[in-house]
Amino acid sequence: MLSFIAQRVLKGVIVLLAIVVLNFFLIRLAPGDPAVVMAGEAGASDQIFVNQLREKFGLDKPLPEQLFLYVKGVVTLDLGFSFRQQAPVAKLIGERLPATLLLTLTAFAISLALGILFGTFAARFAGTFLDTAITVFALIFYAMPIFWVALMGILLFSVTMDWLPSFGYETVGANLTGFAHAVDVAKHLIMPAMTLGLFFMATYTRMTRASMLEVKRLDFVKTARAKGLSDAVIQRRHVLRNALLPVVTLAGVHSGTLIGGAVITETVFAWPGIGRLMYDALLQRDYNLLLGVFVICSAMVLIFNLITDLVYRLVDPRIEFAS
Amino acid sequence: MPKRVLLGLLLACGLTAPTLAQEPKTGGVINAVIQPEPPGLMLAMVQNGPVQMVSGNIFEGLLRYSPKLEPQPELAESWSVSEDAKTYTFKLRKGVTWHDGKPFTAADVLFSIEMLKQTHARARNNLAQVDKVEAPDDYTVVFTLKQPFGPFLGIFEVGSMPMVPKHLYEGTDWKTNPYNNAPVGTGPFMFREWQKGSFIRLVKNPNYHEKGKPYLDEIYWQIIPDAAARSVAYETGKVDVLPGGSVENFDVPRLSKLKDTCVTGAGWEFFSPLAWLWLNNRQGPLADKRVRQAVMYAIDRDFAKDVIWNGLGKVATGPSASTIKYYTDDVKKYPYDPAKAKALLKEAGYKGEKIRLLPLAYGETWQRWGEAVKQNLQDVGINIETIATDVAGGNQKIGDWDYDIAFTYLYQYGDPALGVGRNYVSSAIAKGQMFNNVEGYSNPEIDKLFADGAVATPDSKRKEIYEKAQKILVEDVPVAWMLELQFPTITRCKVKNLITTGIGVNDGFKDAWLDK
Repeated sequence: MLSFIAQRVLKGVIVLLAIVVLNFFLIRLAPGDPAVVMAGEAGASDQIFVNQLREKFGLDKPLPEQLFLYVKGVVTLDLGFSFRQQAPVAKLIGERLPATLLLTLTAFAISLALGILFGTFAARFAGTFLDTAITVFALIFYAMPIFWVALMGILLFSVTMDWLPSFGYETVGANLTGFAHAVDVAKHLIMPAMTLGLFFMATYTRMTRASMLEVKRLDFVKTARAKGLSDAVIQRRHVLRNALLPVVTLAGVHSGTLIGGAVITETVFAWPGIGRLMYDALLQRDYNLLLGVFVICSAMVLIFNLITDLVYRLVDPRIEFAS
Repeated sequence: MPKRVLLGLLLACGLTAPTLAQEPKTGGVINAVIQPEPPGLMLAMVQNGPVQMVSGNIFEGLLRYSPKLEPQPELAESWSVSEDAKTYTFKLRKGVTWHDGKPFTAADVLFSIEMLKQTHARARNNLAQVDKVEAPDDYTVVFTLKQPFGPFLGIFEVGSMPMVPKHLYEGTDWKTNPYNNAPVGTGPFMFREWQKGSFIRLVKNPNYHEKGKPYLDEIYWQIIPDAAARSVAYETGKVDVLPGGSVENFDVPRLSKLKDTCVTGAGWEFFSPLAWLWLNNRQGPLADKRVRQAVMYAIDRDFAKDVIWNGLGKVATGPSASTIKYYTDDVKKYPYDPAKAKALLKEAGYKGEKIRLLPLAYGETWQRWGEAVKQNLQDVGINIETIATDVAGGNQKIGDWDYDIAFTYLYQYGDPALGVGRNYVSSAIAKGQMFNNVEGYSNPEIDKLFADGAVATPDSKRKEIYEKAQKILVEDVPVAWMLELQFPTITRCKVKNLITTGIGVNDGFKDAWLDK
């Protein structure tokens, strides 16, 4: 298993470097020059100013040299300097990463737990009213854009009912500590996490339901039933466990999509995570920061995929780690 | 009268709720919205709206400006001008200290000017007429100009020329100086905390040089990226101040009706944002003056004001906003007249060539305005294709002259020599930049008028020159002027005296207080 992990990590590093190079060129393909953006915001743009900014950003150097310097930096764990924000990229991302991890992991947990639960119920009671109700709700949440769910949530739970805060990570100025602070953050987390989670929950619900119905028809389930095992044991130990494989695969794939969804959720709810940092960096063509966020997100996706592979092994002992 | 028009009229008059002269009360915290999050807080290094809005509390300039743009004391307590209008002597306030306790002196002014010449494009342009700056003593600064420069006393507000602490910046790498993100100024509020993506916290400067001020204890600038969420934050009582432009215009009438809400359009006199359409004079049908005039006649600007901007603002008459010096409305008029537009297009021989329209990606209001203009132009037979980009992509296209018609709005900075001439003189045609003469208009007479206007004395002479320039430009239509924009500031009525100068919320909250 260790050699499997080592191999995957090595492959991951190679993939990451390829992503860095690809993103480096991709970003520069987009029209818009960071120096012009900043000069524009300053309300003045003479050539001296634009040239100064280009020199500051390192944009006056030939592209291959810029790439070489950037890759060299990444290899030595230096993600560069954001001249727009006047701070090292690693520091900027480090400040925001915990909030994004909290949001995405909570959303992920909510979506997976509720998705599997509802999917199991729908499959167990297939063809009944409960199944139809769950399927319809799943479809609604799948079909509704995240920003719309977010705005409706704000309208209902913040403006009308005044139950939950509409924006932010914590109550600004309250200076809460300890448990009170944790409760405050949790209150702020509910809406963004649910908004982000509901979309994915819908997918897992439908996937679990379909997968369970398929597995239920297989011979080994009949064998289990013939052995006289109780329905609950068959559902939990045989059907669900086998049905989870595609769900786990999907969850692994979703790790990247989740971060994409976080961009919208973090923007609507003013959640101070890297999704928003990425969005702002994109609009402002803050190349170093944008590349830095891409590197971190890619690394996160690779880690999630590695975890997915390991979870496969736990869910299905038939899968061997290739050496 | 439509409600939105009424709102516009009320805003034009100042306030929608009465204010009475009251004795200021001390204490309290204000929560204000800042959008987008500033890239930094060091005003000498980064200049954009949000940076100035926050840093205008931390830093100060030598002067401030009244709503009528008259200079007022700030770090300079008095000033005098020589007979030949070439020497300006500023007497600095004594007893002013930086937030770290070090005294503010003329040496800081000299250092700031040298630094700004390298880091602040607008300051560099403004200082181009300065021959030398001297400090005969610790509290006197003398500017000697190469020639008289009419708007010189108008270049000292905090955003145009912030004072920088010499002792913290001299001999350092300015770009990476740690004080860029924890700025030290002389202003009424001190930087305390910045939780990136969440808020910026400023606290009262107990040693501020104006005794008794500021009145507030703290300001929290809340960072809320989504416009709808900013409206909700105000509605649910989480923020007290929505500076101009922080919510979509269609939300302004609704928010204005909320209980204990006051709205004012004041505080933008110095900037006087003017919206227009860049018309690429270099190529295609728009190279013909008649086609450009047709564009002016084809666009229903009253509709844009009343419907898209909810009655806020004023239809522009030409290159100067009515709030800045030497404005005249005695110019050729372009009422909404599609028939005349069609006739001009026919006369110019326009045969339906495709014209690319670049809207401004600043949110919903601007998108809708782009759609309305497209409709207006199509109605008179102009073949319009809308090009969708984000702000950075749009800026690049405009800077590269890769457009036919493009939306923009620019600040005027109180004087035609500072914020108007740059868009029409041929010396300001430079590819790769976006806030100069990107339309490619070239008229030697206009070049001469703006060159003369900047250095002419007395004031009556400048007036004569700029009025003539306005008449010529409006006849030539190098760009299509749309609206004098108004960005209303929405506050709880308990927030008093928030806006006292021509720079409004960008000038710091030192006069503001809470009627608790």
